[in-house]
Amino acid sequence: MSEAKETDKRESAIEVRDLTMAYGDFVVMRDLNFEIRSGDIFIIMGGSGCGKSTLLRHLVGLIEPARGDIRYGGVSFSEADADGRAAFLRRFGVLYQSGALWSSMTLSENIALPLGEYTDLTEREIREVAGLKLSLVGLAGFEDFYPSEISGGMQKRAGLARAMALDPEILFFDEPSAGLDPLSSARLDELILEIRDSLGSTVVIVTHELASIFAIGDDSVYLDPETRTMKARGNPKQLRDHGEDPGVREFLSRGKISGGGPHE
Amino acid sequence: MDWKRLIRLEDSDSGQLLLWVGGQWALADGIPELGELRAKMAARQPAALSLRAEDLGSWDSSLVAYLVGAASLADQASCEVDLESLPSGLRRLLVLARAVPENEDARTESVRPSFLARLGEGAIGFAAEFRSGLEFVGEAALSLLRLVRGQARFRRSDLMLLIEDCGVSALPIVTLISFLVGMILAFVGAIQLQQFGAEIYVANLVGVAMLREMGAMMAAIIMAGRTGAAFAAQLGTMRVTQEIDALTTMGISPMDFVVLPRILALCLMMPLLALFADLVGVLGGAVVGATMLDLSPSLYLRQTVEAVSFADFSAGLLKSAVFGVLIAVAGCLRGMQCGNSSSAVGEAATSAVVTGIVLIIVADATFTVLFNIVGF
Repeated sequence: MSEAKETDKRESAIEVRDLTMAYGDFVVMRDLNFEIRSGDIFIIMGGSGCGKSTLLRHLVGLIEPARGDIRYGGVSFSEADADGRAAFLRRFGVLYQSGALWSSMTLSENIALPLGEYTDLTEREIREVAGLKLSLVGLAGFEDFYPSEISGGMQKRAGLARAMALDPEILFFDEPSAGLDPLSSARLDELILEIRDSLGSTVVIVTHELASIFAIGDDSVYLDPETRTMKARGNPKQLRDHGEDPGVREFLSRGKISGGGPHE
Repeated sequence: MDWKRLIRLEDSDSGQLLLWVGGQWALADGIPELGELRAKMAARQPAALSLRAEDLGSWDSSLVAYLVGAASLADQASCEVDLESLPSGLRRLLVLARAVPENEDARTESVRPSFLARLGEGAIGFAAEFRSGLEFVGEAALSLLRLVRGQARFRRSDLMLLIEDCGVSALPIVTLISFLVGMILAFVGAIQLQQFGAEIYVANLVGVAMLREMGAMMAAIIMAGRTGAAFAAQLGTMRVTQEIDALTTMGISPMDFVVLPRILALCLMMPLLALFADLVGVLGGAVVGATMLDLSPSLYLRQTVEAVSFADFSAGLLKSAVFGVLIAVAGCLRGMQCGNSSSAVGEAATSAVVTGIVLIIVADATFTVLFNIVGF
């Protein structure tokens, strides 16, 4: 677990402390401890159904931790009151698995809603910003389309435009490449890199897509469904090549490691 | 060559039991019983079970399932299983099927709990549901308070669309139902009142019943089926597609943004619908009066106006506004509680209608008792 501790002295944007996640009596993951450095693209990886998305839902406050704490910039998120929560949320952008665009609104209105909520821009300015955000994700000219009228990949990009509406400090992505063809998926990865480099946002991505993990991941945590806790922490490439845990190396090399995986 | 399914047991010299399979295997013929094999195994206690194929034609999962069953029987008797002489495709499938031991956790034993346990669980479930319902009502009240303070945020265009949807768009069905209800009331009354030669009092009956009870009640039941279910389905779908989550993580309260406009729209539109239903119902009564009882429409209407009081009229409208809130709360509550699948959305819609109608009837009974006590 110590591979990537390096000499990095950047401040940590997110700290997860002794986090235990549970649905009722059923423990999904326990004793998660890691921090996400500001400006990193951080990957939450692990097998299907091991609680990656659940962890993301904890990070953005949709589920309360059974135990432990999540801290942003040193301030506890889990213990914040409603107003404190709202102030945190203002700094987040979330892209959901299916895009989760509000289906009763056009793309432009989708992006305009958070802008109208949190800024004093005039209607014309909001529309302009919304148009700009859409063109950033390659959807210029689609302002007045409804989500049902565009393809799944476009919905995802529009969701990204909405997540970026308020220039968030931290962007969360839930399975961004799910349901996308390899090319669209690669373009989305480039877009994520571009956003991080230009806006300096911290990016947290839940995924099991190896191509994406290696292409853009700076740091990562591996959630193990069997032990129900985190098993490895560090740069994905280093974990694959020099990781201590064979299970993690196997995951990161699709089961093809020396010493024999299930595929001989 | 026999093309029927063939199973043959044979003892070998080396203490092995040979299980020969052959012929045509198809799922349509079913999967053979293991009884004979089990008896033989118990009698002989062989050291190994060897699976062999002879004259095997086409086969499918029925053969695999049979052999897996046979092999696990051997496992239980801790005798070895020899697959080596099987055709390679069949052998690979068997190896695959036997590679991972059955996940004990995955197959939960469904033990039917005792009557007392079920009763207790039901009561606990009911209490939890009641509590979450109360919490929802509380949150909705807080949201309403924010609206009064000018802090609640929703899009005015959404409210207008909702008002249209549960107002104007509901008029045709409300017209039809309340016209028919007015006619039915008039018919029922007419048959009884004719015996006393008091046909004219049909107008009183229909007028009071429509204004005080049936106008509001019928409009409410229509709206519970029409709009309550729609609310539950809309909100449930928004839950499934994570649109509600997206609102929450934007710091926008779904209560303010989605639920409040729906409650407002129904609460505003229900009295208007009830008023409309009252008029149409009286009209329905008048039609029966004119055609069956030879009461002229003007006489009928004059009698109606004399019969009904302002109290009847306002009691109906007051009730309908309350019904509107109840229907919207039931629909939105079920939608927000919706699980994460398409069947859950259907269940939410159904349960919204049931909850809505139960609430309407209970509220109506309560109102009737209360009005009776205060003499309204």
